[in-house]
Amino acid sequence: MKGSQRRAVATPSSLHAGRLLNEDEDYVTRFIIRRLLLALVTLAILLVIVTLIPNIAPGDPARKIAGGTASPERLIEVTESLGLRDSVATQLQNLSVSVFTLDFGESFSVATGEPVMSLVWSAVANSAKLVIFSLIVIVPISILGGLIAAYRKDSWIDRVIVNTGLAFSAIPDFVAGVFLLAFLAVPFEFFKVQASAPPGSGPLTQIQHLLLPVIAVLMVYFGYIARITRAGTITALDSDYARTAFMRGLSTRDVFRKHIARNALQPTVAVLGTQLGYLFGGMVALEIVFGYQGVGNLIIRAVDRADYPVLRAGVLTVAIIYMLATLAADLLVAWMNPRARQSLGDS
Amino acid sequence: MTDDMMPPEVLGSAELVGDGTATQFEVTKTKQPGEGKKQIRKEQLRVLYTSPGFIFGVIIVGFWVLAAVLPGLLTTVGEKEFVEVGPRVKPGSDAWLGTDKNGWDVYARIIYGARPILIVAPVATAMAVIVGTMLGLIMGYYRGWVDEVLSRVIEAILSIPIILMAILVVFTFGRSTPVIIGTIAVLFVPAITRTIRSAAISESDLDYVMSAKMRGESGLFIVSREILPNVIGLVVVELTVRLGYAVFTYATLAFLGFVGSNITDADWGIDVSQNYEQIVRDIWWPSIFPAIAIASMVIGVNLIADSIDKALKS
Repeated sequence: MKGSQRRAVATPSSLHAGRLLNEDEDYVTRFIIRRLLLALVTLAILLVIVTLIPNIAPGDPARKIAGGTASPERLIEVTESLGLRDSVATQLQNLSVSVFTLDFGESFSVATGEPVMSLVWSAVANSAKLVIFSLIVIVPISILGGLIAAYRKDSWIDRVIVNTGLAFSAIPDFVAGVFLLAFLAVPFEFFKVQASAPPGSGPLTQIQHLLLPVIAVLMVYFGYIARITRAGTITALDSDYARTAFMRGLSTRDVFRKHIARNALQPTVAVLGTQLGYLFGGMVALEIVFGYQGVGNLIIRAVDRADYPVLRAGVLTVAIIYMLATLAADLLVAWMNPRARQSLGDS
Repeated sequence: MTDDMMPPEVLGSAELVGDGTATQFEVTKTKQPGEGKKQIRKEQLRVLYTSPGFIFGVIIVGFWVLAAVLPGLLTTVGEKEFVEVGPRVKPGSDAWLGTDKNGWDVYARIIYGARPILIVAPVATAMAVIVGTMLGLIMGYYRGWVDEVLSRVIEAILSIPIILMAILVVFTFGRSTPVIIGTIAVLFVPAITRTIRSAAISESDLDYVMSAKMRGESGLFIVSREILPNVIGLVVVELTVRLGYAVFTYATLAFLGFVGSNITDADWGIDVSQNYEQIVRDIWWPSIFPAIAIASMVIGVNLIADSIDKALKS
């Protein structure tokens, strides 16, 4: 889930004096076009992968779905409705149409007969709740941690923040979840074992049920985001403009607010963008631990029951959300730093 | 682990290393025996061996390696041996980490459970680093349209959470150990390739590569004998960092039930998934102890990775 940790953050590679504003906008347009093209390529590669899966998997996919005792007629019926009688090229074409019409047919085994997209939408809605609540908790706490660590660099508090963060972020999410079950859910009635609140619960009850998974996500991400914020802030604090601002007699608070924050937080924003996709689709094991019906859980259930339509739709949805989040983060970075706009266009 | 935790003489030598870098450059350029380079390596190793994080990490990982290689040395109870005290016994003198619902000794399960993860993670990581380094060096040195196409493919693969991709691949090809190793290896290649590629690109701009080109050396020679030695530190860092992720990925796959054919085999991830539901009934030991084992293993590997990274930058 941290595959993109080393993702390069757009930095001003060169500073050309006297750039005109419209040239600036030109870079942004070029960047967006390039990124959208890239997203299309990614989507195409993924389409090929998910098309191929039932075709190259050993064993008869229809038998996996229908079960060992299914009649030959039933097997033929399932094979046909999966589209596996067509050539791979036709299957690919059909799936591409599915993506653009948002219609993946009906679920086979996860919820027999239900439209695939209604399953996906409700899972996405659940994941979105978890992701949004997680971000609301994680972002301020981690950024604050990073700022404190940078401001008190090399002090004991810096060491505590960096080292505990490092240790927690190395631990798999489900391990953190299991620890929380034992140390919070069992002794304290307040923390709920199940992340999904009973149907019809109010927003506060829903939040209460989501607390443990959110704390687990916080444990995983705190160190990572705090460390990036810390590094960005230290660079910003060392800069000439920060020194000038301090020398002009501005208060620490003002320097942070007016000069540091904007520059120091760019890497943080970029990283948050890439991590959004992982929060959506990478927290599979955590969703399982807390019995939460998110996208990850849906994909796992689809895999368990060989429900190819649900599997395909789920994977493609995660990919599309991920691509949009990364694009949004890059645009936000460009908006925060005019100089980064230039390097965006040519990288 | 932070700089000020190191003994002062180490910091002193770090400055010396800084001076050494300049001479190293001269030496490489004039193609004389790399005396300065050896000096730097020696100093970096000294920084590494004296860093507390490294020592702590090596002790943790060393213990698990011992458990994987010679489990009989650490426990007299077998992984599926029914112990006298019966199932679900609290940690105590009879079974010092307790027994699980099957009546198996939790401590013995943990010791035997080190083996699968310590086979898969290092082998997969080594394969990924070898392939990723070769690809990265070639792409970074030659550039051109092949690099352009492969870079797009890499970005595409990286845009899916690794664990999801792993689930898809294992689902397609079965959950045997070779498939798991291959899956983790293939999924780790893109990230390694990207890191090494960008290092190779910046190395290619340096004078020593230029002069090798002017000497008429072949591309293969330049990549393997000139650029590779200069990015080897980065390769080592990638190796250890990815090893941590490989442990992470394997444990998660095991927890999700995508590993091995037998859920009764001792395996940390499987044991957590088999027992975590009992935590709410206050039977925490059969899942918490293997969870601690996973956590200690990833933290140990990360401590080593972090120390190597710091030593190389010192």
